[in-house]
Amino acid sequence: MYDTIIIGGGPAGLAAAVKAKKLGLKVLLLDENEFLGGILPQCIHPGFGLHYFKEELTGPEFAHRFIREINELNIEHYTNAYVLEIENYSDLEKKVVFSSPEGVKEVWGKTIIYAAGARERHAFEIGIVGDRVAGIYTAGEAQTLMDIYGVMPGKEVVIVGSGDVGLIMARRFALEGAKVKAVIELMPYPGGLARNVMILRDFEIPLYLSHKVVEVRGRKRVEKVKVVKVDENLKEIPGSEFWIECDTLLISAGLIPNVKLLKKIGAQIDPLNGGPIVNEFLETTIPGIFVAGNALLINDLVDYVAEQGELAALGAKEFIENQGILSRKWIELKRGSNVRILAPHYISGERDVYIYARVSRPMENVRVTFPEIEKELRLPVVKPSEMLRIKLKAEEIQKAEEEITMEVGKGEV
Amino acid sequence: MKTRVAIIGAGISGASIARVLSKYENLEVHLIEKNADVGWGVSKANTALIHGGYDDDPEKYPVRAKLCIKGNRLWHEWVKELEIPHIWNGALIVALRDEDFKELEELLERGRKNGVPEMRIVDKEELFHLEPNLNPEALGGLWVPIVGQIGPIPAVIAIVENAVANGVKLHLETEVRGIKVEGGEVKGVETNNGFIEADIIINAAGLYADEISRMVGVEDFEIHPRKGEYWIFDDDIPGPRRVLFPTPTPKSKGVVVTTEISGHLMIGPNAQDLPKEEKENLATTREGLEEVWKKAKELWPNLPPRSKVIRTFAGLRPEPTGGDFIIRAEKEVWGFINVAGIRSPGLTSAPAIAYEVRDIIKRDLGIKLVEKKKWNPYRKDITHFFMLSKEKANELVKQNPSYGKIVCKCNHVSEGDILEAIERMKLIGVKTPSIDSIKVRTKATSGTCQGSFCRVRIARILAREYGVDLWNVTLKGKGSEIGIGDVKVLLRGDVE
Repeated sequence: MYDTIIIGGGPAGLAAAVKAKKLGLKVLLLDENEFLGGILPQCIHPGFGLHYFKEELTGPEFAHRFIREINELNIEHYTNAYVLEIENYSDLEKKVVFSSPEGVKEVWGKTIIYAAGARERHAFEIGIVGDRVAGIYTAGEAQTLMDIYGVMPGKEVVIVGSGDVGLIMARRFALEGAKVKAVIELMPYPGGLARNVMILRDFEIPLYLSHKVVEVRGRKRVEKVKVVKVDENLKEIPGSEFWIECDTLLISAGLIPNVKLLKKIGAQIDPLNGGPIVNEFLETTIPGIFVAGNALLINDLVDYVAEQGELAALGAKEFIENQGILSRKWIELKRGSNVRILAPHYISGERDVYIYARVSRPMENVRVTFPEIEKELRLPVVKPSEMLRIKLKAEEIQKAEEEITMEVGKGEV
Repeated sequence: MKTRVAIIGAGISGASIARVLSKYENLEVHLIEKNADVGWGVSKANTALIHGGYDDDPEKYPVRAKLCIKGNRLWHEWVKELEIPHIWNGALIVALRDEDFKELEELLERGRKNGVPEMRIVDKEELFHLEPNLNPEALGGLWVPIVGQIGPIPAVIAIVENAVANGVKLHLETEVRGIKVEGGEVKGVETNNGFIEADIIINAAGLYADEISRMVGVEDFEIHPRKGEYWIFDDDIPGPRRVLFPTPTPKSKGVVVTTEISGHLMIGPNAQDLPKEEKENLATTREGLEEVWKKAKELWPNLPPRSKVIRTFAGLRPEPTGGDFIIRAEKEVWGFINVAGIRSPGLTSAPAIAYEVRDIIKRDLGIKLVEKKKWNPYRKDITHFFMLSKEKANELVKQNPSYGKIVCKCNHVSEGDILEAIERMKLIGVKTPSIDSIKVRTKATSGTCQGSFCRVRIARILAREYGVDLWNVTLKGKGSEIGIGDVKVLLRGDVE
């Protein structure tokens, strides 16, 4: 029986494994890929680890630091291990069934740290119609092709979505000599971090805000895509359609936490985050199953992902020591105005917590308030693309009776 | 001397004909297909139903009426012999208005005439017993328990594999350019891959059957495409237990709501007539999909949110002049048999069409057929990891570790499954590696993520097994390569 079985060898799972081992737990790490690191090995651009390691690394470098520790600490792990099933046998015993080149195996753990990441939304999910031809990729798929396997997908590219992955791939394509003809963004503002939005200026790539791609045409491969402008309610404006010729369409329309296995065993899901409802230890509604990284909520920085992995490991330790997370007076953390994504959902006031949040729309000169505990902070700007990470101190939380609301509003009010 | 038979088109009709003709000692059967793999034409995109045989009017469409029910009965044998994925879950034709019952009575009467067993009209109570989540306003329905569903391309593949095992020669990526006729008799088929001699030519060319027929001067029919569009939802969306039809209209059986055999809720098709030239127009359209959505909602009000859509697609039915199947030996050209206009219920009728063609060869061409002493009716399906017990999986992994490596996460398809698929592809002669060939054999890429995780992994396996560069692996045949070269190809200026 393992103390904790960690599902997923990306940054959240790696950080969780290292931390759990250092806390003295018996750890098993399972990853479905041929190599550890999750998507980090294909993220060959810099910008990783500024918070966590206080220096700027590429994705492979960031992963490598953890993988080295995994090896130095002799943490038991399998690659090519795909989890087929989780069974919550009892609150203190969980079974994980996984497939590997050594066979279908069953392992038992007191806790599970679920760090299975996210998947990308694809063309069909965002309502694109037309021909189903070659040349349509999700941004991550194109990144895998180019940066792991050295394949050039195409030469004239239109990118749907101005999130970080889309922008980074715009640069990647441009650097390899492709023509990036447009980035098409549904919202009236760009979806990525400011430093990534700069890419568009650097490479003179047109950005169409409040636009969407609605149709693809081509015989064997993409030949053109149809773009339409939308109004402030995201409704298409008739007569605004135009075509862009291209051979490649990249879909970078957001990520969805990969929680199918958790759903199957009844973990409650927060419909807005897409990930599970969790307490301050990142424990789901199933005792002893913790979640971290993009399976919890979509993060913008890998540093937060690693931080969540470590927190989940602390949770697992607490769980094992007490045969469960001790009952507490849980205070519910609630979304107020302009808060779309929020976790954790329940906090106790026994320790400081970081809360992760995203706003629904950008705002300048901002007041973030928690009325029940009379906490307030001011920010020059908030954007949906940049996650807010706010520390609530134990003594602050204790001021609340039953709930704490997070509000994001205008500064002058 | 053997009689050489060339069948044009390796769709469900051509494949079925090839299988039936492979039973005979004195026939040498060549199956000719322009695509890189079998079943990629009309057979690829349809509702995948084995129909009940009640809705074709024997006065107006005698061939359809006769062959549909016959085909249904034959499928019950074929799915077992060939291990084709299937389910016999029955259909309900639902009445939403009082006046619909009149139509249901007519269908029941027609079904009786066509010889369809077990049909009956059910009242509201029994209707909801059969299908609890139907639109609560439904009043009753016609219950047809013999209706089922199969995987249409897996069926074509199974039939072709069996036909090839029984001696049929498959010519892929072979496009028919002309037909040689001398002294009123067919002599053979001119193709991009040379001349194929034939004493009998069977035209099962789907949407192009009119063009093939014109090559021998038979021009009394035209095929025009009728488009149908579909939505497929994620597998965690509950769908109906039965195949649900609305009460039909003269033009179409209506938008079906069903749980297809992989467990996904599927709705469609509508019916849009396209000009004769648009035989390659497989584009989905806003209007068409919205029409399907609206109509499906009448039967199944609980449609999931649009974010739960994992795929939309369109298929083309080949609509012939006159509306009935055209299955006949042409008198002007000895040896030329048309199997044209095989629109719905073509998938259901296919095995019966094949026997019909055999009878035409015997009766109209006067060829005495000699049965093979050793004809093998059986074919084994490839391994599907997701269907294996833990014990069986471990047994396989011990022999070959690739069975333990999951490639497609959504549908639990292992590398072993994919290697088996490739072996089967090579056995029937698939030359161009394509991801769709793997998809239809294993179900990889057809789940929630639609291949965004596994397409590259599958391409790598295909590249390795076929000995080609990764970027030359195709999505669906030549012209749909997954890349244009190595990552530096543009900087080097190797691409125009």
